[in-house]
Amino acid sequence: MIDFRLILDKLPAFLGGADGQPVLSTSDGIVMTLELLGASLLLGMLLAVPLALGRVSKNRLLSGSVWLYTYVFRGTPLLVQLFIIYYGLSQFDAVRDSWLWQYLQDAWFCAILAFTLNTAAYTTEIIAGQIRTTHWGEIEAARAMGMSKWLMMRRIVIPSALRRALPAYSNEVIMMMQSTAVAGLVTLADITGVARRIYSDTYMAFEPFLIAGAIYLVLTFVFVWLFKQAEQRWLAYLAPRKH
Amino acid sequence: MFLHGYLPSILEGAVLTLKLAAASLAVSVLLGLVGAMFKMAPSKPLRTLAELYSTVVRGVPDLVWMFLLFFGVQMLLNDLAAAMGWAAPDIDPFIAGVLTLGFIFGAYMTETFRGAIMAVPKGQMEAGAAYGMGPLRIFLRITFPQMVRFALPSFTNNWLVLVKSTALVSVIGLNDVMYRADAAKSNTQEPFTVYMLVALIFLVITSVSNVLLGMLERRYSTGLKENGL
Repeated sequence: MIDFRLILDKLPAFLGGADGQPVLSTSDGIVMTLELLGASLLLGMLLAVPLALGRVSKNRLLSGSVWLYTYVFRGTPLLVQLFIIYYGLSQFDAVRDSWLWQYLQDAWFCAILAFTLNTAAYTTEIIAGQIRTTHWGEIEAARAMGMSKWLMMRRIVIPSALRRALPAYSNEVIMMMQSTAVAGLVTLADITGVARRIYSDTYMAFEPFLIAGAIYLVLTFVFVWLFKQAEQRWLAYLAPRKH
Repeated sequence: MFLHGYLPSILEGAVLTLKLAAASLAVSVLLGLVGAMFKMAPSKPLRTLAELYSTVVRGVPDLVWMFLLFFGVQMLLNDLAAAMGWAAPDIDPFIAGVLTLGFIFGAYMTETFRGAIMAVPKGQMEAGAAYGMGPLRIFLRITFPQMVRFALPSFTNNWLVLVKSTALVSVIGLNDVMYRADAAKSNTQEPFTVYMLVALIFLVITSVSNVLLGMLERRYSTGLKENGL
């Protein structure tokens, strides 16, 4: 009942090769998924570090507004956030007439914008949590060395918090990788998007989504392995003592 | 008029979304308990089965599971029915959504319950056995009330992710809040207003859940010594 010929025939499509084309010739499938993920994780992290500092700030207005941002983005589905940006913003003439419109009518741009804002919200909370639980000894040592507040943040608190955030952040990266599957719902040809195209071309449903699922599973294992290596590299000092 | 009269339709969709989430939660809790039991069972095949379930399900996006189970399984069933000479079965989108979400989140619940049961000191269960309690009574009177406290934070998290995942079920044609929003979007030309309303509905559901489950967490932590941090 499962058509294995179809699986073999369509596998290259997930690697960016069209029918008869060399593999990885276009940025479809896995390449598209990894592009979306990489870009949004990078931008999300760049946003999250300053936001986390704002989140732990003693200034109530600052920490309150960062809280509101993370609360709203963590409390609503990513798909809704994507639809607000991709479909929603076109409601306003001001947006359609502005220079921004050339970007906002592009599904790729909208997906990265939505994914970035979403992952930044989760990452902000992860980093802020680790900043709060920085060991008092590290702070005292930094003060004893005569470091100013910003120098201490830059050299001690943030690097230490980022290291300790690794296990929680690895979950976020894997969740985000799987969440990019919704990009297929705004016409993009990521892994899920390619599977949907094959489905509408061939009317075969089981095989394309089986391939897509298997690819995500492999990617998940790869990320789990990579983060395990990273933890051994950067969190070795927190590992339980070996007798 | 606000949203040209589409508000009641979207709210009706929200009620269906809530029903879907609640029914899926029930399925996932059931599967999660069975999965946790299997994972801690003495039998190796049962342990492997549960391990396979929780790993494979959590490694694939919910959206792909929905496409795979809804379109894929429907087609396999059609093929099977055709081969047997029966009429093609028609799966109800609500039932399909409940089973799919329940199946996915059952895998997450398996890990939640396994961790929580393991956090209850073994001596507690042994004391129950020493009093002559049966396994079921030990679970209901000793293990369960104590594991709730350990399970709740992760349970709350799973529930919040589940609620947000219901937004994806509209792809299989269920009349939920996203599906209604799509119709309202096309007919009102006000996509921003429509999707902001949907976001607000989800935010209300997640906020209320947070408050209620937080209360439950405090209730199940009664009498516990805090670390003073």
